[in-house]
Amino acid sequence: MLNRLGKQTLLFRNRPKVVGSYSVVGPKEGRGNFGKFFDKILEDDLFGEKSYEAAESKMLKLAITEAINNAKINKDEIDALFAGDLMNQIISSSFAARKLDIPYLGLFGACSTMAESLIMGSCYVDGGFARYAACATGSHFSSAEKQFRFPLELGTQRPPTSQWTVTGTGCTILGNTSTSNIYIENATIGKVVDWNVTDANNMGAAMAPAAMSTLKAHLDDTGRTPEDYDLILTGDLGKLGSEILMDLMEYNGYKIGNNYNDCGQMIFSNTQKTFMGGSGCGCGASILNSYIYSRMRNNELKSVLFIATGALMSTVSSQQGNSIPSIAHAVSIKIEGSK
Amino acid sequence: MFDPIMYLKVFAIGGLVCLIGQILIITTKMTSARILVSFLLLGVALEALGLFQPIKEFAGSGITIPIIGFGASLAHGAIDAGNTMGLLGVFTGGLTATAAGIAAAVLAGYIVGLIFNSKTKK
Amino acid sequence: MNELERNERYNAYVEAKMPKTKPWPSLFHAFWVGGLICCLGELIKDLCLYFFPYMTTQDAATWSLVALIILAALFTGLGIFDRIGAYAGAGTIIPITGFSNSIASPAVEFKREGLVFGLMSKMFIIAGPVIVSGVVASIVVGIIYLFI
Repeated sequence: MLNRLGKQTLLFRNRPKVVGSYSVVGPKEGRGNFGKFFDKILEDDLFGEKSYEAAESKMLKLAITEAINNAKINKDEIDALFAGDLMNQIISSSFAARKLDIPYLGLFGACSTMAESLIMGSCYVDGGFARYAACATGSHFSSAEKQFRFPLELGTQRPPTSQWTVTGTGCTILGNTSTSNIYIENATIGKVVDWNVTDANNMGAAMAPAAMSTLKAHLDDTGRTPEDYDLILTGDLGKLGSEILMDLMEYNGYKIGNNYNDCGQMIFSNTQKTFMGGSGCGCGASILNSYIYSRMRNNELKSVLFIATGALMSTVSSQQGNSIPSIAHAVSIKIEGSK
Repeated sequence: MFDPIMYLKVFAIGGLVCLIGQILIITTKMTSARILVSFLLLGVALEALGLFQPIKEFAGSGITIPIIGFGASLAHGAIDAGNTMGLLGVFTGGLTATAAGIAAAVLAGYIVGLIFNSKTKK
Repeated sequence: MNELERNERYNAYVEAKMPKTKPWPSLFHAFWVGGLICCLGELIKDLCLYFFPYMTTQDAATWSLVALIILAALFTGLGIFDRIGAYAGAGTIIPITGFSNSIASPAVEFKREGLVFGLMSKMFIIAGPVIVSGVVASIVVGIIYLFI
């Protein structure tokens, strides 16, 4: 019996549970719209380290260890760690993993990594390959600026379509126990989509077609409509990208709007001058692992379709004039007893 | 010295040059490196065509402080030294004329780099 | 609809959908900050001539350039320049302050990768093209002038 629905969707029959979670964010994110939901807000985004890359790694490690504590299990019971980030050769994740002593698989899906790690963790737990699996990702504004854009002190203006990389990490612990009523129901793995957007300052427009493709595939595979979810939540399309996604879905005959939102659009307040909102792995990761799970635990949300989107380009490909290929993965998260 | 009319001219021309740059940034999405290169080459061209000197006499620092002035000095140095020393002068003239600026920028950048750390944006 | 056509239509749609910011405020910011920096240069030049009567105008102009370069590098290190730059755009990039900032900012940013491969080599990631294009163009102009 195949554990699949349609062409792209995996069905997790054993219902891997979300048994623990933790989120860490920087000071700016703490002052944003979700400050009271995050588990830890740093006062200084250097976090006592010598470099922003080291700070990012330390934030990831903190999210993982505290999520394990939050799940009230022993670290030795974690049989697999899935993590990724935006740095070249995913150093933040691997460097966080080197002191954790947990079997580790590094992932790269750009900003889609939260969904990617949840999918891999769910496969492991569902298939009986792990008692518990940790799924983590994060990003850091200052390290991302340095790698993808300009030195922090360079006096340039940010283009109006740009997004602000979120300084934040998040970790979800999945396990096959009955201690939690939040579970991963199924997941749709996206295809790489490229509609020839070349502007690296307009990621939302580059990634929206990927989100559309995955959302459509998910609805086709599961035979559902968008209304079947209390919330459809994309990772970091930002204000422009999420408007584009709504238009694209409408063009394809689906109406999303009332139950749709985007982490990038939500995370910062309007006064924080981030133009199109937040972006980065940490954007979806920090919101999912704080606000979303907390509302699910309180029964305010019963079914959430989390779609993390990622732009799969590098500085080299951008400089060579390549367009931006994008990907999106969807994870259906539900609470027991919901339809 | 301290001529108010001169300061008005400096302000107007200097501001105008920056305004043209800002229009370029908005319409072409050029990054600062490209903007700097474009205006530097504009300065070289103005000097080569003999247009820089009249503007400089009119606007003083309004045209020499923008990177256009840097480009004009490079070209002016190369042309001048070429006239007196021939081909070798063409090679030495440009950098000689701009040596003070480049040396100051390198030294200041080096020392600032040693002392300060980058701070995150708010 | 083939792929090429779809992409073209999509990019045209995105272009139309992009938020339209009014250019006037940023043009005004660039104008007055840029003009003011040039006036500061003129003031330093005049002060040099005032305190050192035997200084040539050319030397005074060079001193004012050097002073602005040092000031801009200092402001970069103090973390002030990027905030002025975010406000003024080309108003701080085009004057010589932008050249100085483009050297000092990577020096500060990349010093964590060491003095040689960090600070010193990354110093020119933005200013390098400026120096290269300027030197090449001036030599071309100089050679042309040799023959006319």
